[in-house]
Amino acid sequence: MADGRVVGIDLGTTNSLVAYMEGEKPVVIPGVDGSNLVPSVVALDPMPKDGSRPTVTVGNSARKALIETPERAIYSVKRLMGRGLGEIQQELKLFPFRIADDVEEGEVPRIQLGEMKFTPPEISAYVLRQLKRNAERFFGTPVKQAVITVPAYFNDAQRQATKDAGRMAGLEVLRLVNEPTAAALAYGLDRRKEGTIAVYDLGGGTFDISILKLRDGIFEVQSTNGDTHLGGDDIDNLLVAIALDEIYSENGVDLRREPSAVQAIRKAAIEAKIRLSSEPSAHFDIELPNGDRYQREIPREVFDQLIEPVLDRTTGPCRQAMQDAGVTPEQLDEVVLVGGSTRIPAVRQLVDNLFELSARGKKAHTDLNPDEVVALGAAVQADILAGASKATEELLLLDVTPLSLGIEALGGTVAKIIQRNSTIPASATEHFTTGVDGQTNVAIHVVQGERELAADCRSLARFDLKGIPPMPAGLPRIEVKFLIDADGILQVSAREQRSGQQAQIEVKATYGLTDEQVESMILESFDHAEEDFAKRLLIEARNEAETILAAVERAPQHPAWNQLNEQEQTNIVAARDHLVAVKQGDDMTAIREGTTALDQATRHFAELMMEEAVSTAIRGKTMQAAGDDLDENVTAPHPMAPAEFK
Amino acid sequence: MLKVLESAVPVECWSCSVAHNELTLFCPHCSKIQPPQEGNYFSVFSLQPRLNIDVEALEHEFHRLSRRLHPDRFARASENEQEWSLADTALLNDAYRTLKDPIRRTEYLLKLHGAEIGEEHAGKNRRPNEMGASRAPADLLEEVFDLNMQLEEMRLAKAGGEEDSSLKQSLTEAKTKFEGLLNAVDGELHTQWSAWDEGDEAARHDAQNKMVALLDRRRYLSNLVREVNETLGA
Repeated sequence: MADGRVVGIDLGTTNSLVAYMEGEKPVVIPGVDGSNLVPSVVALDPMPKDGSRPTVTVGNSARKALIETPERAIYSVKRLMGRGLGEIQQELKLFPFRIADDVEEGEVPRIQLGEMKFTPPEISAYVLRQLKRNAERFFGTPVKQAVITVPAYFNDAQRQATKDAGRMAGLEVLRLVNEPTAAALAYGLDRRKEGTIAVYDLGGGTFDISILKLRDGIFEVQSTNGDTHLGGDDIDNLLVAIALDEIYSENGVDLRREPSAVQAIRKAAIEAKIRLSSEPSAHFDIELPNGDRYQREIPREVFDQLIEPVLDRTTGPCRQAMQDAGVTPEQLDEVVLVGGSTRIPAVRQLVDNLFELSARGKKAHTDLNPDEVVALGAAVQADILAGASKATEELLLLDVTPLSLGIEALGGTVAKIIQRNSTIPASATEHFTTGVDGQTNVAIHVVQGERELAADCRSLARFDLKGIPPMPAGLPRIEVKFLIDADGILQVSAREQRSGQQAQIEVKATYGLTDEQVESMILESFDHAEEDFAKRLLIEARNEAETILAAVERAPQHPAWNQLNEQEQTNIVAARDHLVAVKQGDDMTAIREGTTALDQATRHFAELMMEEAVSTAIRGKTMQAAGDDLDENVTAPHPMAPAEFK
Repeated sequence: MLKVLESAVPVECWSCSVAHNELTLFCPHCSKIQPPQEGNYFSVFSLQPRLNIDVEALEHEFHRLSRRLHPDRFARASENEQEWSLADTALLNDAYRTLKDPIRRTEYLLKLHGAEIGEEHAGKNRRPNEMGASRAPADLLEEVFDLNMQLEEMRLAKAGGEEDSSLKQSLTEAKTKFEGLLNAVDGELHTQWSAWDEGDEAARHDAQNKMVALLDRRRYLSNLVREVNETLGA
C-alpha cells in the first residue's frame, strides 16, 4: 500500500488501544510490555539537573507516578477535552490535578504538570504518540494515518480537540468514528447480520447508547444519545468520597487535600469495584499516613445500592434513543455491551430490564472483550477507508450527529437548522440580511444542543460575516452554508448573493485551539522523514539490546546462575556474544532478533531469579530490598521483550 | 445516477476529458466523481417531483448511492474529490431525510412550487418559534381554549405536588381526540397527494392550497399534542 497502513485507535478515558486489520480479522497491537491496553496516563519525569525538558512517560510506566508524584501525573484527560474553563473547574474538584494559574476565560485551559503546563489535547497527543510508536514498532514501518474513536455524544469542540491531538502526535486523522458504531462494526463483521441492534457503551468516563439498522453491509445509525460525563470514574469517585468522609469522621484525618493519599484510596476503590464484578463481597483496606487502617467489607448488595443513582442516569438516554429511532424494546434484535463498566453485574441487570432481554429469551452480547471491541471496530473502519480490501469492501457506516445544530435568533431563542440524529454529512443553507442601511457585517452565533434558549445550549462559534457591500437594510442576501462533515465537525461557508461576492467569515470558536496554536504544539520529537524513522528504530533496538546485555553481564555473579545447567549457560553466553556482534552493525532486524534470542535464552534464569527473590523476601527481607538486589531489567517476562515481528 | 434532463449540457470530465452530461455524479467513461451540480432532492434520486413515492425503493437507492458517494470511499483521493464527495453525500443525506418522511416531503415539494409554509423565515431576525405562535383553527377555538385552561391547571397542580386524577383523565381524553384529528389531517393530505400527482395545472393549484392549509392545521395540532404529553409526563 503506497500510503502505508491506517490504524484504528480507541483513545479511551482510562485505557487506549491501537488495532489493525490482519487479513480479514482486526487485532490489537500490544505495547512493549506485551499488554494490549495502554493506560491513558501521562507523567512527567523529574526535572533534569541541567534544566532541559523533563521526559514524558505514558501508560503503565506512568501509572506508578499517580501515587508517587501525583502532581506530575494526569489521567482521565478525555473528560477535559474540548471544554471551557468554567466547566473544567467543576470537574477538577474530583481530580488531583490543577489548572495553570495564568489561564484566562475563553482560553483553552492548561493543566499544571510539575513545572510544565499542557492543554488537554497535548496530553492526549502523548498517549496517541505512544500508540503510534507501538504500531510502528510492530510493523517496522512508519504509521501516519489513523482512525480515532470518540464517544458518540461528543460535541463539535470535543471532536475538534481529538482531531487536534492526532495532528500534534503526527497522525493524519482520516476519520473520527463514534465508539458504539465502531463496536457494532466489530460485532457485525463476521456475522453479516440484518436487523436492529442497540449498543450500550459504559466506559471509564462516558456513556453512549446507539441504535443501528444493519442491512446488506450498511450500518445505518438511527439514533444516538448519551452523557459525556458518566462512567466508571463516577463510581470510583463515589467510593472515594465515602471513604474520605468516613476517614474524616472516624479517624479525624482530613485527606482530601492530600493527592497522594486520595490516589491510594482511589486505587483501592477501583480494585474493590473490579473484584465485586466476580465476587459477592470485597475487602477495602488502606493504611492511613498516621499508621491507622481504614477497613471496610463491601457486600455486592451494598455496592449495587450505592451505584444505583449513577447507573440510573443511563436509562433516560436509552429511552430517548429508542423513541428517536422509533423502536420499542421488543423491536431490538440484539443488544451489544461495550466498555469496561458493563462488566458490573448491576449494569447487566439494568440492560436486561431496560431492553426486556430475558423476557424475550435473549442475552446481551458480551463475546468480544468490552475493553477491546471499540479498537477492533476502529481497525475495521480504518480498513474501509484504506480501500482495496476484500474483507470490508461491502461495508459502510452511516452515522448521525448526536446534537441539533442551531443559530441564535431574536430574543435568545434557538432556531434549529440541523436536527439531532440526522445522517452525516448533513447540511443546511440559511439566508441572512442586514438590519441597518449600509451595514457591512452580520454576526451569527452557532450553538449545539436541544434546549430552547441559546444560553442553555453549547456555544460552538461566533461567525462574523464581513465585507458585505453597503446596501439599504434588508437588501443584502447572504447565503450561509452549514455543513456537518463525516467526522461530525461543522464547516461553514458564506456568499453574498446579490453582489455574488464570497463573503468573508471570521470564525471565533468558543472553545478550542487555533490552527497556529495546534501547529505550535506538534510534539517536537515526532519524526517527519523515513530516514529519521529508520534511525530511531535502530536507536531503540540498540537501547533494548544494551539493557538486556547490561543485565546479562552481571548474571554470573547471581546465585541463580549456578542453578543453570552447563548447556543453558553456554547458550546464554553464545546469544550474548551474538548480540554484542550484531549491535555494532546497522541492521535493526538483526539486533531485534538477537535481543529476542537472548531473552529466550535467559528466560529460565530469570524465573530462577524470581524464585530466589521471593524466597529472600520470605526470609524476612522486604520485597523492595529484594528488588534492589536484583537487576530490575532481568525479570520474566523481560520488560523490553519486543513485540512479535512478522 | 441522474437521468439526462433537457437542461443538461455536455461538460468535460476533469479527469479523462471525455464529455458527459453535466448532471452526472460520476463520469460514465472513467467513473471518477464529478463536481457537484445544483439539484433538487428529487433529482438526486432520479425521481419525478411527486408526493406518492415508493419509500422502500428510495431506501434501496439511498444505500446504493451512499456506497459510491460516501466520503469513506474517498479518504485517500485528491482533495477535490474529497470535497465533492462530501458535498454530494450531504445533499444525498438531506434529500433522503426529507423525502422518506411524508410531511417533510410534502412541505419540501410545495416550497419548490413557491408555497410559503410555516414559520420558516431564516435569519437572525426570524421570530421566536413559540408554541402558540400559529393561530388556532377556527373550528377548534373553543376546545383549544378549554384545553389550555386544563393544561394550566395541571401545571399548577403539579407545581403544588398534587395529583388531580380527574384532570388527568380529561386531559388524556383531549389528547386522544386531538390525536384523532391529527390522523384525519394525515388522511386528507394523502388524498391531496394523488390529486397533486395526477391532476392538471388547475387541480394542482387547488391541491396545493389545500395542503398548505392542512399542514398549518397539522403543525398546530401536533404542537398541542406534544404540549399535553409534556404536561402529563413531566
